[in-house]
Amino acid sequence: MTRLTQNVGSSTGESQLPPTNASAILETHALTRRFGKAFAQRAVRHIAVNDLNLTVQAGEVFGLLGPNGAGKSTAIKMLTTLLPPSAGSATIAGLDLTRQAATVRRAIGYVPQALSADGSLTGYENLLIFAKLYDIPRKKRENYIRELLNFMGLQDAAHRLVQQYSGGMIRKLEIAQAILHQPLVLFLDEPTVGLDPLARSNVWELVERLRSNFGTTVFLTTHFMEEADSLCDRIAIMHQGQVIVTGTPTELKASLNQEDATLDDVFIHYTGDLLASGANYRETSRIRRTAKRLG
Amino acid sequence: MKPQESGALLNGWVKPKHKRANNWLSAISELIRKTIVLTELEVRKLLHDPSDLFVRAAQPVLWLVIFGQVFAKIRAIPSNGLPYLDFMAAGILAQSVLFVAIFSGGMSIIWERDLGTVHKFLASPTPRAAMVLGKALSAGVRGFCQVIVIYLLSLLIGVHLNLNPLAFLGVVLVVFLGAACFCTFSLIIGCLVKSRERFTGIGQLLTMPLFFASNAIYPIVLMPIWLRSIAHLNPLTYMVDALRGTMLANGRSIYGFGTDCLILLAVVVVLTFICGRLYPSIAT
Repeated sequence: MTRLTQNVGSSTGESQLPPTNASAILETHALTRRFGKAFAQRAVRHIAVNDLNLTVQAGEVFGLLGPNGAGKSTAIKMLTTLLPPSAGSATIAGLDLTRQAATVRRAIGYVPQALSADGSLTGYENLLIFAKLYDIPRKKRENYIRELLNFMGLQDAAHRLVQQYSGGMIRKLEIAQAILHQPLVLFLDEPTVGLDPLARSNVWELVERLRSNFGTTVFLTTHFMEEADSLCDRIAIMHQGQVIVTGTPTELKASLNQEDATLDDVFIHYTGDLLASGANYRETSRIRRTAKRLG
Repeated sequence: MKPQESGALLNGWVKPKHKRANNWLSAISELIRKTIVLTELEVRKLLHDPSDLFVRAAQPVLWLVIFGQVFAKIRAIPSNGLPYLDFMAAGILAQSVLFVAIFSGGMSIIWERDLGTVHKFLASPTPRAAMVLGKALSAGVRGFCQVIVIYLLSLLIGVHLNLNPLAFLGVVLVVFLGAACFCTFSLIIGCLVKSRERFTGIGQLLTMPLFFASNAIYPIVLMPIWLRSIAHLNPLTYMVDALRGTMLANGRSIYGFGTDCLILLAVVVVLTFICGRLYPSIAT
């Protein structure tokens, strides 16, 4: 297929397709997700993501920030085709998220927030199964897996059961699973939640290497400000389902007109009352469970 | 198809060439390949930790050795001229496959949901039906282990088995079909209830009626009319019937082996279709 959205910007002014930047790899247009029945009363319905408009450039590390329950995970679930949007649209590498979902899945890699490597298999087997699911040719499979294990520094642990891995090793394995097929965009949902500081900086270094070695576009969610500050080229802050502000960490800090402003200050400035907008019971329980299993 | 054609690289990775499933043939071939991969996944897990298989084997042993031995003495249940223990052995094999399939299917998907593994599978280019059928086939593998246990026990307690290899293959086929049938059924429930506590309750609630409203431990003719019609809708009835015809030396199937298998296959196809539709909802 040809890239539908490639030249639309320069064609007629009032095109049905939105104008796109040539190097934009991910775009969302008024992406919305509501939960609850359509006919339910307003109070019962819950708008998790409301009118999300984002553009991510190829090769950048893009951070979606926000307090727990802001809609980050819902947004990432829509972008990874796990959740159909209630309204709006999105394209990844020019592919429509809902109409070409099967092809989008070949173009993306996804590391869920929860611990997703299979503990009752070895690291090698975890990679092998995904190599097969992503149709990596038999001849290349062993090579790819070996290279990735080396890249992650997991070669010695390859044939140990994952349940004996440390939290940091598991995260690395999960990222390895998600990049086996060389995705255009890698989605990381809270990649360092529950990791100790050393493992956390290991993951950061890994993301840096992915970008510098392979130019992978990384889309991550986090609620750690220092993570966003050191990793991300650009940041969008989400609050109650909406993106409030987008920019580079430097721009955002400058926007406060305050000397020595940190990203923490930016975050508090834009999201305000943190307690009231916290995660619900299920989300909190999941975050704690993940933290417990990784730690 | 490649995600993008132009030389303007969106990133520096070399893109592997993917064949697109643009016709029925390649879609079916992909479905079969991915089903086998996902079955391999489950089998590898079982090989690393087979303890579950041993625990599951305890139940049919108890039924055959205790319940079976006692009821064989009473001679109160007409069993088509078969010794009661023979009659019951086929029923207990079907029952143990039923239990294994019900509790391995729905439970595993809820477990994977809690862990987050299922999300990763759903975000990969794997047909939903392959995820369902992979689970179904792996339930068949677990069922096959029950076959081994029950055959060995049957030889010990003097059940007259048909040891013809073809008959044994027939038994294995029926066990795989039956396991697939109950596993997909259980996956559907898992997709709907989504929580372990609720699933355990509903699982218990469903397996008992499925077991008792069938010909597993007594013939259908003994039942009151209303129960008889329920038993005729119960796939377990056809599974037991097929097993009685193939597994036992003097056994006879009432509906015919072919009919039984076709009915089970039809149920598997319908349930797989429904479950494939429901499967993505497990991620929400």
